[in-house]
Amino acid sequence: MIKLIVSRLLQLIPVVWIVLTVTFFLSKSIPGGPFSAERQVTPEVKQKLDEYYGLDKSLLEQYVHYIARVAHFDLGPSYTYQTSSVNEVIARAFPVSLQIGTLAFIIALAIGVTAGVVAAIYKNQIWDYLPMSLAMAGICVPTFVMGPILAVYFGLTLKIAPVSGWYGLDYAPLHPMILPAVTLGLFYAAYIARLTRGGMLDVLNQDFIRTARAKGVPDRDIIFKHAMRGGLLPVVSFLGPEFAGLISGSFVVEKVFNVPGLGQEFIKSVFNRDYPLILGTVAFFAVLIVVFNLLADLLQSAMDPRTRK
Amino acid sequence: MNARPFFPAVTAALLVFSLLKLNAATPPALEEANRRKILLICEGTEPRTLDPHISQGVPEHHIIMGLMEGLMEHDPNDQSKRLPGLADRWEHNEDYSVWKFHLRDNAKWSNGDLVTAQDFVFSYKRILTATLGAPYIDALYILKGARDYAAGKITDFNEVGVKALDDRDLQFELIGPTPYFLSAILHTSWFPVHPATILKFGRMDERDTKWTRPGNYVGTGPFILKIWKENDVIELVRNPLYWDAANVKLNGINFYSIENYDTQERAFQAGQLHKTQELSLDKIPYYRREHPELIRIDPYEGAYFYRINVKRKPFDNPKVRLALNLAIDRESIVKNITRGKQKPATGYVPPGMGDYEPLDVIHYDPDQARRLLAEAGYPNGNGFPKFNILINTSQSHRTVAEAIQQMWKQELNIDVGIENQEWKVYLDSQNSLNYDVSRSGWIGDFMDPVTFLSVWRTGDGNNNTGWSNPEYDKLLDQAAQTADPQKRFSILHQAEQLWLSEPSGVLLYWYTLVYNLDPSVKNWNPLALDDHNYKFIDLEENGIPKLSLAH
Repeated sequence: MIKLIVSRLLQLIPVVWIVLTVTFFLSKSIPGGPFSAERQVTPEVKQKLDEYYGLDKSLLEQYVHYIARVAHFDLGPSYTYQTSSVNEVIARAFPVSLQIGTLAFIIALAIGVTAGVVAAIYKNQIWDYLPMSLAMAGICVPTFVMGPILAVYFGLTLKIAPVSGWYGLDYAPLHPMILPAVTLGLFYAAYIARLTRGGMLDVLNQDFIRTARAKGVPDRDIIFKHAMRGGLLPVVSFLGPEFAGLISGSFVVEKVFNVPGLGQEFIKSVFNRDYPLILGTVAFFAVLIVVFNLLADLLQSAMDPRTRK
Repeated sequence: MNARPFFPAVTAALLVFSLLKLNAATPPALEEANRRKILLICEGTEPRTLDPHISQGVPEHHIIMGLMEGLMEHDPNDQSKRLPGLADRWEHNEDYSVWKFHLRDNAKWSNGDLVTAQDFVFSYKRILTATLGAPYIDALYILKGARDYAAGKITDFNEVGVKALDDRDLQFELIGPTPYFLSAILHTSWFPVHPATILKFGRMDERDTKWTRPGNYVGTGPFILKIWKENDVIELVRNPLYWDAANVKLNGINFYSIENYDTQERAFQAGQLHKTQELSLDKIPYYRREHPELIRIDPYEGAYFYRINVKRKPFDNPKVRLALNLAIDRESIVKNITRGKQKPATGYVPPGMGDYEPLDVIHYDPDQARRLLAEAGYPNGNGFPKFNILINTSQSHRTVAEAIQQMWKQELNIDVGIENQEWKVYLDSQNSLNYDVSRSGWIGDFMDPVTFLSVWRTGDGNNNTGWSNPEYDKLLDQAAQTADPQKRFSILHQAEQLWLSEPSGVLLYWYTLVYNLDPSVKNWNPLALDDHNYKFIDLEENGIPKLSLAH
């Protein structure tokens, strides 16, 4: 077990290096630069800016310089946030996304697993069709539609949640993280519901469940003690990378509710050709993915003896 | 199977929901803000910096105007006028090329230091030091020797035309007559910075130091920087040491960075904002019809046009370019598409530039357009090569381009495609003349036609069309040497006429600003450059309650 953890964490180094290398050369290959604007700066100023940020050097030199920096855990200065380093940008945006993402995750699990289990138990009955149609609808309604609907209903009609912003909104009964989290959570809940239903149906048809029933084990114990353990395995393997995705923020939800999370930094850094911020956020995401995949694997092996070595 | 365990959860959820509904009447932030006299406005994108010498964008400019003040300040009613700022009196020589300013005795930095003439000299030395990379460095090139100093041709700053005669008196020597100097120095690039603060956090020419953070920022404006939460809000509070603090009406201003227009509008409806930055096109008709008291449409010093690449055939022929202009029904575009009371452009420089009358030259004249096209060798559009309109990705630009595409097809029988590119790729294509016709806009930096006309100078960094005419350059040079304002304007009119006779652009319309404004905001007047002097803005506590705006 410990060997697995250590080896996976060591794999992080080449993974991050490869991701950074590919991203570095890809981002430099897009036309346009960080300082191009509708009103152009004079050529002399452009040259000084390039010198200041080391953009006048050859690509290879820039690459070596950057990798050396990252090795010291310094992701460089951001061009967009001119008084912040990339480390600082991530440090202030990630906690926001982490809060929203975690709450969304809990909402997604609570709704998704409940709906999936109910649907599996009442296979081909109304309590199967109803939650599963809702789940299908949930998958089909994108967050940029669901977000504004929630904002209009809870923010403008009921007036219990702020429709925009994060800081200094204590006057509203609902914390600004609730609506973004629900928007995200509902979307993922739909996926989880379908995965749970499939997994549960697989397990419920197996012999050991029939044996348990024949022995007179109560339905509740069959579902919660025996079936769910196996039935949720597909959900767990889905959740590892998805959790990493959830807590690193969603561009759409952050724009709709204007919350200062990390998701928009990913996208905006590319629009702004903010090379250090592009690389920093991508590297950060890579680390999250590796770590949560590892956690998902560990959780799976705890739930399913067959996956243990 | 037993289904009961799952129903209590549903019931509980419904119960909680109905309880929340009972608790629904929370007062919006606006009422509280009105009581506390805090203006809540939205500036769109997150500012990149609050350093007046490094900033470039509009949101930066608007926030810095609360934090800093220069020698002059904006008039709250008329953008072509101004009021004394840190200087209480000034004089100039006969041909407007030497200006002397006297700083008022109570002009103080927000840390209590006296503002001195030497602070200004330090500031101009800073912005003219090329290594700072100031985007508006060229704004100061009207100072004698400034261009040479920036280029490193002279190294002694004493040779540059700005001098501290003593603590209180500042003298400028300009390269030529500049009757619009008082207007030019309203721009943030002419604002002073506090030398000791700059040097405390880095070198004079160092970018991106921490001096602009809350707690560090030392300014001269009516407000000071209290909180900066990136991508969310910047909070300014009243500066008690501001020379005119007694006349500042607001206790604070919160600038929100909300990029999405729809989110801005929702925040406005929810009572989280007094003012949005801009209203999206599709909401304009609704507000104009149902809630005219909540929408403002102000003229704005900007022109929306298409650049034409004159280096490419057949656009090297001025007749073709004129024909493209005359075949457009601008009235229909502003009436049916943009719908924000924009004015169809009959010339290039927008109206509102003081005494500079806008030209009335370009009209919708399809017959003349067809004649010109035939003269250029393409009767009824025969043989005219297919070309593309380049736009940056945006629904509103696309809609306008589609209308123009159709007009050119209908009137001139020429086939046009539309190509959209991501913003920076589009800028790159435009700068490298890698386009046929490209969507463009230009917003004035100050209240003088030069801010528009200088773009078409030969080799100007913002020309981007390949157009060049020595006679045009000569007229601009001549205007720069003319002291008499009226004579100067007539020379500039000649220059504009010349460009309009062989335009390197397709003129479309003059901008307006369309935004939501709460009626509790007082003295928010229509201003051509949208530069509001915040010290005159007030909030009415018992404003007329807003109508319910439930969808």
